[in-house]
Amino acid sequence: MMEILEGSHAVAEAVRLCRPQVVSAYPITPQTHIVEALASMVADCRLDAEYICVESEFSALSSCLGASAAGSRVYSATTSQGLALMFEVCFNVAGMRQPIVMTIANRALGAPLNIWNDQQDSISLRDAGWMQCYAEDNQEATDLHFITYRVAEDHNVLLPAMVCFDGYTLTHTYEPVDLPTQEEIDAFLPPFKPYNTLDAKKPMSLGMYATPDYYMEFRYEIDEAMKRAKQAFAHAGREFAGQFGRDYSGLVEGYRLEDADTAFVAMGSLCGTVKDAIDEMRADGMKVGLLKIRTFRPFPSAEIRKALSGVSRVAVLDKNVSLGQKGAVALEVKDAVYGSGIDVFDYIIALGGRDVRKSDIRTIAGLAEKGIGDQYYGLRMEVL
Amino acid sequence: MAEHECELFECGHRACGGCGPALAARLILKGTGENTIVVASTGCMEVFSTPYPETAWGVPWIHSLFENAAAVASGVEASLKKQGRDEHVVCICGDGATFDIGMLCISGAFERGHDITYICYDNEAYMNTGIQRSGATPYDADTTTSPAGKCSTGNKRPKKDLPAILAAHGASYIATASIAYPNDVVKKIERAVNTPGPNYIQIHAPCATGWGFEGAETMAIGRLAVETGLWVNYEMVNGEVEKAKKIVNRKPVEEYLMVQKRFRHLFRPERNVEEIAKIQAIADRSAAKFGIDVVLKKPE
Repeated sequence: MMEILEGSHAVAEAVRLCRPQVVSAYPITPQTHIVEALASMVADCRLDAEYICVESEFSALSSCLGASAAGSRVYSATTSQGLALMFEVCFNVAGMRQPIVMTIANRALGAPLNIWNDQQDSISLRDAGWMQCYAEDNQEATDLHFITYRVAEDHNVLLPAMVCFDGYTLTHTYEPVDLPTQEEIDAFLPPFKPYNTLDAKKPMSLGMYATPDYYMEFRYEIDEAMKRAKQAFAHAGREFAGQFGRDYSGLVEGYRLEDADTAFVAMGSLCGTVKDAIDEMRADGMKVGLLKIRTFRPFPSAEIRKALSGVSRVAVLDKNVSLGQKGAVALEVKDAVYGSGIDVFDYIIALGGRDVRKSDIRTIAGLAEKGIGDQYYGLRMEVL
Repeated sequence: MAEHECELFECGHRACGGCGPALAARLILKGTGENTIVVASTGCMEVFSTPYPETAWGVPWIHSLFENAAAVASGVEASLKKQGRDEHVVCICGDGATFDIGMLCISGAFERGHDITYICYDNEAYMNTGIQRSGATPYDADTTTSPAGKCSTGNKRPKKDLPAILAAHGASYIATASIAYPNDVVKKIERAVNTPGPNYIQIHAPCATGWGFEGAETMAIGRLAVETGLWVNYEMVNGEVEKAKKIVNRKPVEEYLMVQKRFRHLFRPERNVEEIAKIQAIADRSAAKFGIDVVLKKPE
């Protein structure tokens, strides 16, 4: 049913439809509306879950780990500093192969303290063994929860997943969202079947320590599972499209790329602005297109190489920066197209919530055409 | 003692000879029985009992990190509750994980009132990393980060009173115990897991390697701690002390201190009368607080 919902509330409704048995979360802006909404659902018996009001994000994810290991489907949400506090647990959850789904309301990391959007928080966890999807709008943010639970809990994958959507830009924005019914989601997402679980009738030890004789193989197995997740995403996306008509089977998604000379690459809500700018530039005869990256982990290198095969140059819009290097997305896109002769230019953009307009996208297209890139875009030189 | 046909904490683990914590693990599982899920912290016990692919645990066991056992247990408990399952959820963690780095998670779990039993095997320092002091290290103990030296008499602070902190959280059952009194340990564990939680048990578990004594002396050292009043075995119910083990003719603390290398500096090169008196005062205060002294005149 189509409803006008705030992004956070749309996500909370999606989570409810996924029937998590344990929800554990800690308030942090701009994620808070999600967990508030879930708490209300539990209070009103709309969601039959144990809701743990933890004392920190560190405990939020730690308790999710315990609940998942004991056989429950679990959920948490966080952002920025909260995700940073979870850093140690994030690696642990992936290492212990617990299929936890967590929403990230993307926000900048301090210092200086900043509650607005960029993607530094989740990008900084790219090596943790979590799958990461980035939503362009609230419909996609909603739907990605159904899909990521399916993929995460697939016994060929068994990895945790972050569904990332931009803080404020999406979390606090009202958009029409088509919410599936409970029956429809029950048909798409079966109850959680744990692979290994804590059970007194079948004792086993989870989270043992591994010497150099075993450790590398554990890490390799996670990496292999991440690669298998690509097929699982495509498969779940196709099935979702068949049932609901919205297609997320592509790990990347092209927009007007067919005859493009310059391709933008972006993730998240920025893609909407870029698409509008492209439409205007196309009307002016400029051959520009967009490649949206939906899953940053697993990273779709082959898909990117294929999608960008016809372009001359790529302008990557990075809402993050690996300080002392470039933006993380640009580095990985460069790796994906290495040897193709395509120029990849990086633009660090919109850090800490700085607004990006269609005119900025047009300006960046001009810079890329002139071969000017690998720079911050939109710096206020007068305050430096 | 509750006997089980087979041990739930199996032999063949890799603890040092005379390891107090290994004995604690064995006694704990005698008390909990097999319908139990153990949540462990990183530390000696985790390392010596679960080198992949071997495990000494005959009950389901999970280890995540050093400092999050209470939070992991919160999740396990919530999950079981949702599924209508009745296993006991029992944390078994060292004193570093409990007194220091895990305090946040413990405080949260106790305040939320999860039905868990949190057990600290207290060997009074970070033994797994090489005998560094923790908040549970006693006054004047020589550790690698509180070394005795020309201008140091060892650990500068007395042991943190963690049972009191958790009593202030409203824990319904709190007990201290010592591996030197095995029946008492088992009884207290049985009581804890059968009392709706959160409950806390702190078990004195001498460490031959860290404290500096022969592995064969573990039980004797444990008994001396109790007989000198430096460790008091007691039970608290709803914040009130219900029972404390009485000590007949309490021994001077010297008898406990002089048999451990960690207190050797108090006796060499000469006896440090002042410092030993301070430690005696700690024991005296504790004995008075819990009313454990029973004085019997020796027959002439």
